[in-house]
Amino acid sequence: MDKLEHLISQFQQKDVKAYEELYNMYCNSISGVVNTIVKNDDVAQEITQDVFIKAWNKSDSYSAQKGRFFTWILNIARNAAIDYTRSKKFKQSKQNLNSDFFVDILESSDNLDDATDAIGIREFVKNLSEKCKSIITLLFFKGYTQKEASEELDMPIGTIKTRNRNCIANLRTMVGVQ
Amino acid sequence: MDIEKYIASGILELYVAGSLSEKENEEVNAAIQESAELLVEVLSIENAIVTITAATSKKDTKHLFTDIEKQLIQKETKVIPLSTPKNNWRQYSGWAATLLIGMTLLWSNSQNNKLKDQVASEKQQLEQQIEKASNNLAEAEKLITIFRDRDIISIPLAGQQVSPNSYAKVYWDKKTKSIYLDAQGLPTPPKGKVYQVWSLKMSPLTPTSLGILDTFTADTNKIFTIENANESEAFGITLEDEGGSASPTLKQLYTLGAVTAT
Repeated sequence: MDKLEHLISQFQQKDVKAYEELYNMYCNSISGVVNTIVKNDDVAQEITQDVFIKAWNKSDSYSAQKGRFFTWILNIARNAAIDYTRSKKFKQSKQNLNSDFFVDILESSDNLDDATDAIGIREFVKNLSEKCKSIITLLFFKGYTQKEASEELDMPIGTIKTRNRNCIANLRTMVGVQ
Repeated sequence: MDIEKYIASGILELYVAGSLSEKENEEVNAAIQESAELLVEVLSIENAIVTITAATSKKDTKHLFTDIEKQLIQKETKVIPLSTPKNNWRQYSGWAATLLIGMTLLWSNSQNNKLKDQVASEKQQLEQQIEKASNNLAEAEKLITIFRDRDIISIPLAGQQVSPNSYAKVYWDKKTKSIYLDAQGLPTPPKGKVYQVWSLKMSPLTPTSLGILDTFTADTNKIFTIENANESEAFGITLEDEGGSASPTLKQLYTLGAVTAT
């Protein structure tokens, strides 16, 4: 993992090349998360660009002690996307706000051309329980705190934690990491 | 700490999701520092989340970095870091400023010397350029006087079958019995070949060689001054073997133009 840490420290010293590597690692995740919130891929692309510019400008504010780099940039992205949903522009577009939009995206057929394990992911999502879908949406895509998720789903915090772990477990096996 | 239990609690998933409080994040981070097993677990969770979130991006955004990069570099130069004032900042900043001024003076002195050297060599280069430019200007002015002269007839030569895109122009000064040939519209001749200029009389067709353009490739403005005492009715340019030919190879006629009667 030294390599990632190294990249992050170079990024904090404003090394553009290192940042490009980090960008390539996470840009599609970020634009995916933004897309599930704003529900418009063009807007999602724009916001993603802004997110990476913002992250660059406030690179000093990241510290490994506070969490993962991915999580840090994920937070910036979710905040930017949520800000957008509060804007007039978004309200005028009258989106339906069902809670597990990421499932819809994954089930629609015209995307994921170049994601190698797309079929596996689609299969995974199809077999997810409704509870899992909601938990994943709230925690990972919408950035709810465990307390907020517990209130929203009317579940004790402990249950949210273990449920979430089980939901992610299958995905991990599928993605093929330890 | 019981690592297995800690992992099973699901706290690491929330850590990656960013759902924990700042204090909890610090605790998890400290725990990860202690145990490689936890780090491996976190990486695996993160990898899974990166994958599933990336799958919801409808478009591949990797190519957009070039756009972002442009904005990064611009912004970077604009950023002026403001340090927050701390205790005793008056004292420290006074000393720091003195030191800074001293260093700046030393530095600017050496920069100044460097600049002086640079200026001297730039001056020399500039002088050479001006000299060259004024020579060119003199040539250009000469051309303009020639072209403006009323007694000069201009004859456009159009591209012919072998080379339809070629063109040339002849300015014929009958007073001085010379032509100025502007041959910029001709391609560079192949090795071993040379352009030959012909004065033509029409009936019967009698070509007279005006000479070969053996300096064609080396000549930068491609304008050639050629003597012509003939009563020309047309001008033509052919491609001939090196050294020229006694009579034109009409198959290799590049451009041709007739003198209009005035």
